[in-house]
Amino acid sequence: MASSTERSPPPFPDTEDQDVLDSEEVGGRDSDDDDGEELFMSASNTPLTKQDTPASPDSQASDLMDDLSAEPPSSQTEKSAASSSPEEFVDLTNNLESAESKVEAEISSPEPSDDFFDILGSETQKVEVEASVKADSGEVSSGVTDLPGGKTGSEQGTSSAAPIINLNADFSDNNQQPSRVENKTNDPLAQVLSDTPAADPKKPSSAVLDLFEDDGSDIFTGTPQTKPASQPQKGLFGEPDEDLFGEPLGAMSKKTTENEVKSSTTKAAGPASSTGGAQQDRKSTEPADIFTEEAVTTVPRTSNTSTVNSKANGVHSEEDLFTEATVELSLDSPRSGRKKEETSKPSASSSSSSLSAPAKQAKQPPAALEELEDEEEAEKEDQFDVFISVKDPEKVGDGMNAYMAYKVSTETSLPMFRNKLMTVRRRFSDFLGLYEKLSEKHGPNGLIVPPPPEKSILGMTKVKVGKEDSSSADFLERRRGALERYLQRVVNHPMLLQDPDVREFLEKEELPRAVSTQALSGAGFLKMINKATDAVNKMTIKMNESDAWFEEKLQEVESADQHFRKLHALVESLVVHRKELSLNTANFAKSAAMLGSAEDNTALSRALSQLAEVEDKIEQLHQDQAANDTFSFAELIADYIRLLGAVRGSFDHRIKAWQRWQDGQAMLQKKRETEAKLLWANKPDKLQQAKDEIVEWEAKVTQFERDFERVSATVRKEVIRFEKQRTNNFRRQITKYLESLLQSQQQLIKYWEAFLPEAKAIA
Amino acid sequence: MSSFDDNNKERLRSVSVDLNNDASLLIDIPDALCERDKVKFTVHTKTTLSSFQKPEFSVPRQHEDFIWLHDTLVETEDYAGLIIPPAPPKPDFESPREKMHKLGEGEATMTKEEYTKMKQELEAEYLAVFKKTVQVHEVFLQRLSSHPILSKDRNFQIFLEYDQDLSVRRKNAKEMFGGFFKNMVKSADEVLIAGVKEVDDFFEQEKTFLLDYFSKIKDATAKAEKMTRSHKNIADDYIRLSATLNSLSAEESTANKKTLDHISDLFEKLRKVEGRVASDEELKLTELLRYYMRDIQAAKDLLYRRARALADYENSNKALDKARLKGKDVSQAEEHQQRCLQKFDNLSESGKKELTNFKARRVVAFRKNLVEMAELEVKHAKNNMTLLQGCIELLSSN
Repeated sequence: MASSTERSPPPFPDTEDQDVLDSEEVGGRDSDDDDGEELFMSASNTPLTKQDTPASPDSQASDLMDDLSAEPPSSQTEKSAASSSPEEFVDLTNNLESAESKVEAEISSPEPSDDFFDILGSETQKVEVEASVKADSGEVSSGVTDLPGGKTGSEQGTSSAAPIINLNADFSDNNQQPSRVENKTNDPLAQVLSDTPAADPKKPSSAVLDLFEDDGSDIFTGTPQTKPASQPQKGLFGEPDEDLFGEPLGAMSKKTTENEVKSSTTKAAGPASSTGGAQQDRKSTEPADIFTEEAVTTVPRTSNTSTVNSKANGVHSEEDLFTEATVELSLDSPRSGRKKEETSKPSASSSSSSLSAPAKQAKQPPAALEELEDEEEAEKEDQFDVFISVKDPEKVGDGMNAYMAYKVSTETSLPMFRNKLMTVRRRFSDFLGLYEKLSEKHGPNGLIVPPPPEKSILGMTKVKVGKEDSSSADFLERRRGALERYLQRVVNHPMLLQDPDVREFLEKEELPRAVSTQALSGAGFLKMINKATDAVNKMTIKMNESDAWFEEKLQEVESADQHFRKLHALVESLVVHRKELSLNTANFAKSAAMLGSAEDNTALSRALSQLAEVEDKIEQLHQDQAANDTFSFAELIADYIRLLGAVRGSFDHRIKAWQRWQDGQAMLQKKRETEAKLLWANKPDKLQQAKDEIVEWEAKVTQFERDFERVSATVRKEVIRFEKQRTNNFRRQITKYLESLLQSQQQLIKYWEAFLPEAKAIA
Repeated sequence: MSSFDDNNKERLRSVSVDLNNDASLLIDIPDALCERDKVKFTVHTKTTLSSFQKPEFSVPRQHEDFIWLHDTLVETEDYAGLIIPPAPPKPDFESPREKMHKLGEGEATMTKEEYTKMKQELEAEYLAVFKKTVQVHEVFLQRLSSHPILSKDRNFQIFLEYDQDLSVRRKNAKEMFGGFFKNMVKSADEVLIAGVKEVDDFFEQEKTFLLDYFSKIKDATAKAEKMTRSHKNIADDYIRLSATLNSLSAEESTANKKTLDHISDLFEKLRKVEGRVASDEELKLTELLRYYMRDIQAAKDLLYRRARALADYENSNKALDKARLKGKDVSQAEEHQQRCLQKFDNLSESGKKELTNFKARRVVAFRKNLVEMAELEVKHAKNNMTLLQGCIELLSSN
């Protein structure tokens, strides 16, 4: 431990030399480590990795690849050295330095961003294996899983022996298991690595490229700081968190993977999240914050290494953080352990160059933390420079096939868009389709995807029939406003903004027709069934909530939902009454005019017709006010009812993730039982298969658990974001509404004051 | 159960009628008691007239006593040429009671606070109705007391002075039916005598004017009633909004709480102002129209009586002609014809005076009420404005 801490300052070699060195070393290693190699081979075809690497566009990627590939074996070697005893972890701790070195290797690369990506990507995929979209990865994953499984099995034994060392206050036994798995999984990582570099180049859509271009510089700055992050970790190592490193790794990689795989933009997100991981919980996932924040966040860490544990609010998030940091550590650790001397040298040399950066950051730490917060807030308030307006609803077609098309204009200065001003025509179902896509992609991750206004068969039928009455105009205006706010909310969300579908929606001239949004279509029917089963599941799943925060929030959300619904009904009735008043005022105005004409006293007659005029104007005032009640107040509340629904949806996704995890655990339990039975029955032939299955399921359970933790962290962050936005937005909107009320009162004063002399003139 | 003091009444004192009160006979209703369906008014009189035994006295009277007084006045032949002040409408506490009942039923669906507020609001409404009832009864007596002829009426004086329960016989079913039948006959009669040629342009004009005016004012009254009622609804909505916002903020832990609190507060204040707007409109506008609707009905009744007299006179003329032709009972017919003529002339004379008075009275009352209403509207709107501005400032300052 001590050694590691001492080392902490030097190990930030930015120079390529180091990489090369490392890689070379690694290469040497590979050959050295028999066990590791074997494992490796079996798990993933090492040759493959090598082949792929050259193919990968990034020369550095190859370096990294080498490193990684080398590392995993090394780790195993270490294990073997440790005689696969519980002390592995201890080794790990010793190897912390190695982690640094590894990190350095990655970071040191001249084009840190790219390298980063590759690494991340590789890791992610490995972890994600099952989830990953690519066929390749899928194959690989199966291979990978097998290997780790084997190891896991063996290690499990060890783990049980070693628990004391591993056990942290924060981490339970389950965690330990995963952690080990992770260590093993490192091997697969290597595999994955090979795939990933190749895959990445293909995958990255234009968006990704853009991101790179834009953010590349940022990333660079960020990366050097990430190195400092490694230092804090060392500090952590000093603490009993040895296990943490192992486990979190997996989680981290997962995260990254998810992000990467899901959206092309993910790449940006990937690095962000990884770096974020180094930071404290909340920031870990947020891509938007990434670039700016990363740099800053790492710094505080260094200074407060010890506080990391105490600080972390959510256990899950913490883990993630550690994980991320650790991922690299574990990979490198074996190597570094052996070649301590060598690595230390390079690091020293590199440190001179890299030192400056850490030093700078070191000065800021306390302020930096706050800045972070501020920045985050500022970002949320300002959001992005994208303004959307939805205008000109227009009926297209006739009869029941008619639909409404809206003009969607986007004004932005963000370079990720092709133009500063884009205008497209979209029909209502396109909006719904966008939501479907987004919620499918991001919903399971715990994001709160802003919902569009509901389909209204009644309202639309009226429009279709072509009734040009006030209610259909009202309906269209309501919907138009709701659509506009919906899109604005989508683009205000840092993650959703980067979604290619969003961009396509805003940019592309023609959009493939969204089919699944029709209420009466087969897809709609399926959706209904799904919803019904979900509802049933929700009722049947009883989750024993481990996190009081979620329980509290859920309750808050539910009661807020209830109250908002009531409020909405009240405002609607206010609107109805206001309209009634307007109508009655109009009627009275007419009657007053008639009365005035019947009156035979000239002055009184005049006054009465003046009164009629005043009442006429007031009628208009009431009518306008009713519109304001509707659009500024009722719609505001309706929006929030919808949003609260989305919030609840994200909670549901979290519970689903939890359920998956529980199911996985149950399954694992079952597999273990079969294994025990087989063992007892002495059927070695089937035993191997059972063991394989256990390994497979262990990996799955770990994965599920991490999924759950990740979703939890995301949900938490999203809810906080939502609340903050709601507060501001609500205040803004309500002020607007009050201003409209104020205005109508001012008008009222004007009208009556004008009438007063008329009344006095009656003689 | 509910009673009110002079101060309150002062504000409410009838503005519908401009009474040129002389000090010789001052009547007011300082107190009233509501027992179930019956309202007992305390009628207080202060007088210098020698026809009364004491200069000051109070007697308990019920609504039915007022009706009795009105009916006797209407039935007195001598007053046929006068506009008999319209009888006060029957106290109607049904609507607030019904609302109260509904509120009780809906108690479970609202928060305690909301319920309390709504209940208070209803109580206030009930009180307002009560005050208005007292007021119309008072106005009825005051109009009688300010009338040079009617104030001398014996029945009126008994009504004021007799310190026991008048125990007016309530109308029984037969009489009720009789009244209904009489109305029918009267309407039919009105149609019949409509054919009688008018001899006086003034009355001809008055008649068309009043008929037209009556239909217009009736319409306007109904519309104004609706308008004020919907205004009241808005005030009620504000109460519920305020209560809901309040309960929403109670469970809110974020910074939103403050915003919600402010708005809830604001709506609570707005609803008070809005409630005042509604009640002032009701008092100044609707009540004015309503009163004059009844007054015009009374004036129309006068015209009917005169027309009846005219028809009688013409009939008597015909009868006289017939008698002369037949040569019998001529003097009797002549006498009758003379009587009819005299009655008709009397009616015409006093009717003309009454109608002219009525016109002046109406204009003055309208002026007063409209001015007051406009002033109140301005005042309330200004109040609203201040409240809104204050709240907007509060919101933008956070």
